Amino acid sequence: MRYHTPSSFEDASALAAAATGVTRFLAGGTDVLVQLRSDLVTPDDLIDIKQIAGVRDITRRDDGSWRIGAAVSGAELAEHEALIAEWPGVVEALELIGSTQIQARCTLVGNLCNGSPAADSVPAMIAAGATVSVVGPEGAREITVEGVPTAPGVTSLGPGEVVSAVNLPPRGKGGGDAYLRFIPRTEMDIAVVGAGVSLSREGDTITAARVALGAVAPTVLLVEEAGAALVGSTLDDAALATLARAAEAACRPISDKRGTVEFRTHVAGVLARRAARIAYDRAGA
Amino acid sequence: MAFDEETNGFKVVGTRPDRPDGIDKVTGRARFGADVTAPGMLHAVIIRSPHAHARIVKINASRAEAANGVKAVVTRADFADGLEGENWNILENLMAGERALYDGHAVAAIAATSSLAARDAARLVEVEYEVLPHVTDVDDAMQEGAPVIREGAADGSVPAGMHPNVVRCHDSGHGDPEEGFAEADLVIEERFTTEATHQGYIEPHACLGTLGPDGRGELWCCTQGHWNVQKVCAALLDVETSKLRVTASEIGGGFGGKTAVFIEPVALALSRKANRPVKLVMPRADVFRATGPTASTSMDVKIGMKKDGTISGASGVFRCQGGAFPGAPMEFTAMCAFAPYALRHVRQIGFDVMTNRPKQAAYRAPGSPMAAFAVESVIDELCNRLGLDPIDVRLKNASREGTKASFGPSWDRIGLVETLEAAKEHPHFSAPLAEGAGRGISCGFWFNHAGETAVQLALSEDGTVQLSVGTPDIGGSRASMCMMAAEELGVPYDDVRTTIADTATLGYNEISHGSRVTYASGLATIEAARDTVKKLCKRAADKWGIDAEAVEWRDGCAIPSGPNAGDFDPMPIKEIASRMGQTGGPIVGHFEATPEGAGVSFATHIVDAEVDRETGATTVTRYTVVQDAGKAIHPSYVEGQYQGGAAQGIGWALNEEYIYDDDGRLQNAGFLDYRIPVASDLPMIDTVIVEVPNPGHPYGVRGVGETSICPPLAAIANAVSNAAGVRMQDLPMRPSRILGALKARS
Repeated sequence: MRYHTPSSFEDASALAAAATGVTRFLAGGTDVLVQLRSDLVTPDDLIDIKQIAGVRDITRRDDGSWRIGAAVSGAELAEHEALIAEWPGVVEALELIGSTQIQARCTLVGNLCNGSPAADSVPAMIAAGATVSVVGPEGAREITVEGVPTAPGVTSLGPGEVVSAVNLPPRGKGGGDAYLRFIPRTEMDIAVVGAGVSLSREGDTITAARVALGAVAPTVLLVEEAGAALVGSTLDDAALATLARAAEAACRPISDKRGTVEFRTHVAGVLARRAARIAYDRAGA
Repeated sequence: MAFDEETNGFKVVGTRPDRPDGIDKVTGRARFGADVTAPGMLHAVIIRSPHAHARIVKINASRAEAANGVKAVVTRADFADGLEGENWNILENLMAGERALYDGHAVAAIAATSSLAARDAARLVEVEYEVLPHVTDVDDAMQEGAPVIREGAADGSVPAGMHPNVVRCHDSGHGDPEEGFAEADLVIEERFTTEATHQGYIEPHACLGTLGPDGRGELWCCTQGHWNVQKVCAALLDVETSKLRVTASEIGGGFGGKTAVFIEPVALALSRKANRPVKLVMPRADVFRATGPTASTSMDVKIGMKKDGTISGASGVFRCQGGAFPGAPMEFTAMCAFAPYALRHVRQIGFDVMTNRPKQAAYRAPGSPMAAFAVESVIDELCNRLGLDPIDVRLKNASREGTKASFGPSWDRIGLVETLEAAKEHPHFSAPLAEGAGRGISCGFWFNHAGETAVQLALSEDGTVQLSVGTPDIGGSRASMCMMAAEELGVPYDDVRTTIADTATLGYNEISHGSRVTYASGLATIEAARDTVKKLCKRAADKWGIDAEAVEWRDGCAIPSGPNAGDFDPMPIKEIASRMGQTGGPIVGHFEATPEGAGVSFATHIVDAEVDRETGATTVTRYTVVQDAGKAIHPSYVEGQYQGGAAQGIGWALNEEYIYDDDGRLQNAGFLDYRIPVASDLPMIDTVIVEVPNPGHPYGVRGVGETSICPPLAAIANAVSNAAGVRMQDLPMRPSRILGALKARS
């Protein structure tokens, strides 16, 4: 195994593009090191991106949008009051992952690129309309978060491509987001179902909404019908019922040791409703 | 009562000093199983079957043996031949013979100069398997046509015509349950199931073993009983017992799971072959796959009750699955089932069933919690339907001193009624319940055990005390031993140091199991201290020139027993100790025996739970443990045992389970998907120590470690069932199961 510490994303990309064996990028390592220890993956090239300038920066741009570096940890995100004020759902989603120790390491980008359909921060990022900045052999590009995962453990990133940052759009007035997950315990668990909702309201009426579901399909789902069910409503019972039905209809889960098809589908509707209520209250606050 | 008064005047017993091992444990100085090294040490890895049931056609280790750093490979051929009985079972379990009997069954082991080299070489061992049909479910394993785990494993207790996987049977009781059911106003019969659960100790099994060509060896390991490890290793490696010295490390949890031997003979076999010390540390996945979880069960319980709450008859059939070997604790399941109740008509039948799963091991009151789940659920349902108070009904039927136990003997002095009365008076029982919450009550019973015990108490020249005991400290017992020695000798707690001695230092000590340590090692400590006091009095008598019988021991001093004995100043222990070399030599007290008189223990638990009707998630909102300790030597550690039993019970009831796929492979061999409760899953667990002294112990001690896990499964199931409005009969009550039950009802 070769261990690299490039000082730029261009160098990181070049190292990955030139590699012939198994390659992994290392930021927090909370997935990679576990895979290494349990003999699931033994990389030939391990490319540590933490030495790259700016990877741990959280920046609010003049237009109100945000750039979150690829190595920003959950603990750092959770202490950023301005970000929490605008995107509490994204922050709470990453914060749910693992223990205090894991929080000191885990990152949004790692959670996304690991490709798990149960990743907690991904539904929240998709609901938020987040994008990622990608550096690759062909240059830089920006793609939506929902465009990254393509199957369990698989992403749309090409050979040599590496994610340098997450971008959140300007929150604007009257916006709120929330993420809820269902786990059998209260902590230290993996989502059986996850639901992220982000919406904007004018007065009591919802003007825009995005709903994303985790752990109910091979990839995290952006459920456009569920978002549409909320737009124009005041989050009345009828809108919530339509939301839940749309969420359930989008589910294509598997039955496994963590939950059955029936359970996951039902709980997806429940969590979508509950997350929508929290987002709505936050948007009105 | 004279005995009660006698046990009320303690100075040290009943106080709460810091445990002597506390500083070492919080600073990291304590040495656990994996914390030792030796010069030239090798690292071992065990190669395990990926199949639930397979014939081992061939093992080719030549490539592994040639790999860099590899010093030894062992298979079954490297262990003793011709073993019988439980020794054969243990060997067959820790290194497969002709067949792999479960997913994770060891087939070979490698020792190499680094753990990485051992892991790399393990991949080079070629094992050819012929996969065989398998069965992992207890009911399936009893069906006609189920794969036979081992022909001829059944003993004479099994009725004719049963499947060969049923290997032992227990049948006891008295009266005629049918007659009892005929007298009842309401009879309920239901089936209950529980899944296998693991003890979930945080420290994986680990050892460092050396066995030389001269047949002499040293072994360091984390175990609940190092004399047992010594005996088993000697048998499996065909060496003489006394040539192997075993030292017990600090232990990071055992709960019964470290009463068994899984890896130590493997490390020693590798060491013998390589002529180097070998360290073996189990990865967590191996702990789940190849050590002993408790039995899973399938149970049918039938109880008849009169309108006034009298239980007129009861019967139960308890099928316990214990993996690919005999030994599931079905007799305990059966015997504990109705033990809290004085019944005219009762019968309990247990079956020990083999499957393609790891060999079960003891887990805290083996077999009892499952029985209580079934029996106490039926009693709760009877109380609900007859409109009766759950504590009053239990009091009405409670076992008392002199009543006949469901499994035969008459009870000595017991404290069940006292726990029920304390529960009834506790504010928890009468606290209003939140909307949608439910409350559950359950009683529980465990026998407790005594066992072979030897201790030694040596006086130092400065008058401080070195106490050697042979029972590994799995619950703060060193503190309790120090306290009992200090109480008898009249010295400060801090003047006594208790050490867990190695196998070369004391006579045989049975394992720390059966909640026996504070009872048996405690009794032995008291007797050894009394033996020491006699010797101290003799030294004072000699000095004073009077009879030893005319000297008493009080507050750490020898004194004349009365005016007739003479007029001498009290002689303190320090003074006697400082001169002992000149007055007859070292002063050492000792005691060796197999005490009889471990008092049984009962408990009553109260649980409140809330159920999220949209997701099926359960929150335990309030929990109170009431248990008879006989006499609490160190109340904090008694309370800790009560809380620990409740916490493990919450995990077992709600989320813990061994999950097998259709291929017979364990799906959740890790703490992510084997869900023990985390701290935020638990309420503060309230405790009430009831003290009904055990006449079989000088201070009245009863074991407390196991009884605390007997009521939780039932108490939580009753709370959840009452909250959800639907009777939960299968554990764990994972959210999907509760949601399914709610949907099925509506």
